[in-house]
Amino acid sequence: MADGVKPRVKVPKKAAAGDVVTIKTLISHPMESGQRKDSSGNVIPRSIINRFVVDYNGQNVIDVDLAPAISTNPYFEFDAMIPEAGEMTFTWYDDDGSVYEEAKSIAIG
Amino acid sequence: MDFTRRETLALGAGAALMTVLPFRANAAVDDLIAEFTGGAAVADGGVDLTAPEIAENGNTVPITVGAEGATAIMVLAAGNPTPPVATFKFGPMAGAQSASTRIRLAGTQDVVAVAQLADGSFARASKTVKVTIGGCGG
Amino acid sequence: MKFKALTAVAALLAAPLAYAGGPDDDTLVVNEEVEMATKVAAPAHMSDTGIDTIMSGWHFRTDETQSLQMDDFENPSMIFVDQAVDYFETVDGTEGKSCASCHESVEEFAGLSATMPKMIDGKLTTMEDLLNSHRAEAMGAEPWKWSSAEMQALVALIGLQSRGMPMNVAIDGDAAPYWEQGKEMYYTRYGQLELSCANCHEENYGNFIRADHLSQGQINGFPTYRLKQAKLISRHNRFRGCIRDTRGETFAEGSDEFRALELYVASRGNGLSVETPAVRQ
Repeated sequence: MADGVKPRVKVPKKAAAGDVVTIKTLISHPMESGQRKDSSGNVIPRSIINRFVVDYNGQNVIDVDLAPAISTNPYFEFDAMIPEAGEMTFTWYDDDGSVYEEAKSIAIG
Repeated sequence: MDFTRRETLALGAGAALMTVLPFRANAAVDDLIAEFTGGAAVADGGVDLTAPEIAENGNTVPITVGAEGATAIMVLAAGNPTPPVATFKFGPMAGAQSASTRIRLAGTQDVVAVAQLADGSFARASKTVKVTIGGCGG
Repeated sequence: MKFKALTAVAALLAAPLAYAGGPDDDTLVVNEEVEMATKVAAPAHMSDTGIDTIMSGWHFRTDETQSLQMDDFENPSMIFVDQAVDYFETVDGTEGKSCASCHESVEEFAGLSATMPKMIDGKLTTMEDLLNSHRAEAMGAEPWKWSSAEMQALVALIGLQSRGMPMNVAIDGDAAPYWEQGKEMYYTRYGQLELSCANCHEENYGNFIRADHLSQGQINGFPTYRLKQAKLISRHNRFRGCIRDTRGETFAEGSDEFRALELYVASRGNGLSVETPAVRQ
């Protein structure tokens, strides 16, 4: 697991049923591309987050495959439909097998 | 991620070579698009791609892609050493078939977005982003 | 054909003009609530510099870079500020204490960063110095390296408590000789390129050095998230980078020379809002 990986997500606490809400996510990660060499000329092995999945009450919102061309500290912004109250789950998959998770509940009102 | 001056120059040289050899660069991008579409025809337009005309730093270039009703959108950076950037798949809870992220560009080049639309057809858009290099430090 | 070529040349010439020259007139409002003073009258001590308005480096950046600082969620610095909240509560050293053992809340530091660096017990003291001395004396902990992730995250967290307040470093009294030393450095040409700070940031701000839009070199937004390094950058790291780029032998981060330069450069921003943590290219 890369050091100090910390997810941040911005989700409204409340929405009206049927609303479309904007979600923002950011996670600290070096996204080492596998293209760089260290000072002794050895290739620094690739180490990135390769997939990011967001579900709402078990149904998919967005599923992203990431390549090394995604910037350090990957950022995503997208819209989700909120038909009823529930929980939004965020999952980031690291090349090294680590999985970082975050969840936020959204109320109707 | 830090790029040293040497690495940046190397990346830039790579990008320049790609420009000089358009056939080769296009081949890599064309292969990736063919893989995504299964060889189907790709129409021009019908995909929104927002990217800055000039990026102050190629390490963090904001982009937005969207196509109404799309099931998936693939983003490629034609001039990067490896062109894939990201593929967005939109699920039933997506509020819009659009997403924003921040990407790395190794130099001035075209960013390409290919969308699979609701009817199964494919459409593409591309945009040239000029990547500037810094002051005395590069 | 000839006509086409000429049109192409004209387009190439026109393109840079569209964005070249001077700072922009945008207004920096963070989170749609905190409006920053990003252009203010220069402090009295700058009367002989030819600069009558001091400006935040924010005005010299592209719209895309500017927008990253206008919303705390868009601002990648905030990942590190979040981490600093954890460091604040993390016990370290022989005394079994964290920052939070003595300081109830980080909010008690509101206003502090606007006055740093300052004289404490006869020593010119930066925020990094203050953190390390408290780590040593109160916590019995090892000092942090100047540009370490922990150090700059905490400097940013404390700086954030003063965001929107005007920079106001003291340059008189026992600070005066350090301020004079810093001023002397600001106008000294360094390196094979023989460039002083003033050559770029006083005489040529608003112009381009290659593709880079020169600012006034203000430090009111540091530690700042630089897109180039994709992390928080300390003031001294930026000083070092600038002198290195003149192809000069540079001073070390945490050197007395850079403390003095930090005081002088900070004083050239007296009146600008603290923007910590800013975002730059």
